[in-house]
Amino acid sequence: MSKDQKQWVAGHVAALPKSGIRDFFELVAKLKGQDVISLGVGEPDFVTPWHIRESAIFALERGKTYYTSNLGLIELRRAINAYVEEHFNVSYRPDDQVLVTVGVSEALDLAFRAFCNPGDKVLYHQPCYVSYHPSIALVHAQGIAVPTYAKDNFALTAEALSAAWQPGAKILMLNLPCNPTGGTCSREQLEKIAAFCREKDLLVLSDEIYSELTFDGTHTSIASLPGMAERTIFLHGFSKAFAMTGWRIGYACGPASLIDAMMKVHQYSMMCASIIAQEAAIEALQRGWDNVLKMREQYHRRRDLIVRRFNEIGLTCHQPRGSFYAFPNITSSGLSEKEFSINLIDKEKVAVVPGTAFGANGAGHVRACFATAYDQLIEACDRIERFVHAKR
Amino acid sequence: MNPVLKLLIEGSNLTVGQMAEVAGMTESDVNQHLEQLKKEKIFLGWRPVLDLSREAAAAVAVRAVIEVKITPERGGGFNRLADRISRFDEVESCYLMSGAYDLLVFVKGPSLQRVAAFVSEKLSTVDGVISTSTHFMLRSYKEQGFLLNGGEVQNTRLNVAP
Ligand SMILES: Cc1ncc(COP(=O)(O)O)c(C=O)c1O
Repeated sequence: MSKDQKQWVAGHVAALPKSGIRDFFELVAKLKGQDVISLGVGEPDFVTPWHIRESAIFALERGKTYYTSNLGLIELRRAINAYVEEHFNVSYRPDDQVLVTVGVSEALDLAFRAFCNPGDKVLYHQPCYVSYHPSIALVHAQGIAVPTYAKDNFALTAEALSAAWQPGAKILMLNLPCNPTGGTCSREQLEKIAAFCREKDLLVLSDEIYSELTFDGTHTSIASLPGMAERTIFLHGFSKAFAMTGWRIGYACGPASLIDAMMKVHQYSMMCASIIAQEAAIEALQRGWDNVLKMREQYHRRRDLIVRRFNEIGLTCHQPRGSFYAFPNITSSGLSEKEFSINLIDKEKVAVVPGTAFGANGAGHVRACFATAYDQLIEACDRIERFVHAKR
Repeated sequence: MNPVLKLLIEGSNLTVGQMAEVAGMTESDVNQHLEQLKKEKIFLGWRPVLDLSREAAAAVAVRAVIEVKITPERGGGFNRLADRISRFDEVESCYLMSGAYDLLVFVKGPSLQRVAAFVSEKLSTVDGVISTSTHFMLRSYKEQGFLLNGGEVQNTRLNVAP
């Protein structure tokens, strides 16, 4: 046996930092069996609506067990186009502008691999989803974090973007509404960002996975703004709005030449998404909207509840306009975000995620997911209140 | 819509205190809404949903559904007879239906004999009842929205995830 097996690990993989989420996962896992309430999750508490599950069972009964086209089932791509047209006001040809992927996760990875040369610069707003920076590093590109601030409700501003921009920047990664902040941009803000992208000739990767879960105002996709569809890869999926995380299904839409480049990587690495998940996704798009609205209404009320409670407790919390995350400022407790999270799980058995797991700009905040039943949510708020008051 | 009524329609299983938190009002506000809804006879009352196949809950051993044909009356239609039938304690629910019969009556009783006796002695002898067709329930799979065979598996979400 080799003396040091680690020598075989690629340098850029060895250099990836350990995920802050993973650390916390292990900490909470130690408390198994105890009465833990977790606000540390990143997925709906709802199980996938039955009509969608039933359609997958039906697909299996009919013997749908084969590979599909690399791009995905044409019926699904047609349904995706119809859905995106209706809800996002932008249209894609099912034949060559839509690619079905194994979740938005795979679509993101494909995009970075297809569009980044080593050393290329990718702008992304931060705090952000944990995968962006490592995915950029894995293709030897360079990530440039653009800060977003609580005072702006964590919207990305064209000013911050312009200040962070560097010559040679090629891609802007957007996630609106944002995990972990719930921040989104108004149409006016988005128009300024779009103008900046056109001026600097940036390609935009727009991860809109939380878009249906927009509570205040309506969601605008940057792809729908004038002159943007030709420079935007629209990334979306089923995990959040349709409560389908475990199905692993998502999609990318964009100019045919760019989708073709992503498809090249996809055909050699993945071949296609699971046919069962694709069949379920067709059902979701065709008949799932009522359930999406029902779930959104629940999230909306839970958001109002948890944000109100955080502010009453003295943990200043902006109103997240979308997603199912609240991102309160915990500095009034006198603790750092890490100390706060560790002590909270220790003393009151409530799990939240320290804001710095989502990048340095998350300092002073924690992420609390409100995709949890009311009674649990209320109990969690009571425990956090007791915890904060005991600290004072 | 009245926020308390909305929570009731959703069938969310909340205490008054929890409803207050969710709707962002005080408990006495919630109680006031409930009183008002009662006054308007929209909210009729609370009832537990039980799995009656479990021994511990087996006080009502037998339930049946009865299709009833009745003669409508000049002036009142089906209402007077339907009301008269509904008033029996054995009757849990009573609906006017379109189609092959007029009333669908849900009854409960401690034994098959008692339910049968109710049908033959009380229900079918009411003036205006033309015929009855009784179906005894053998097993329940879903009660008022609750699945009886466990439904979903316990939540298996990861405790911490991206
Ligand atoms: C911003 C964001 N993008 C992508 C994903 C991954 O989505 P999928 O399940 O479609 O791979 C998540 C999941 O947490 C997310 O929060």
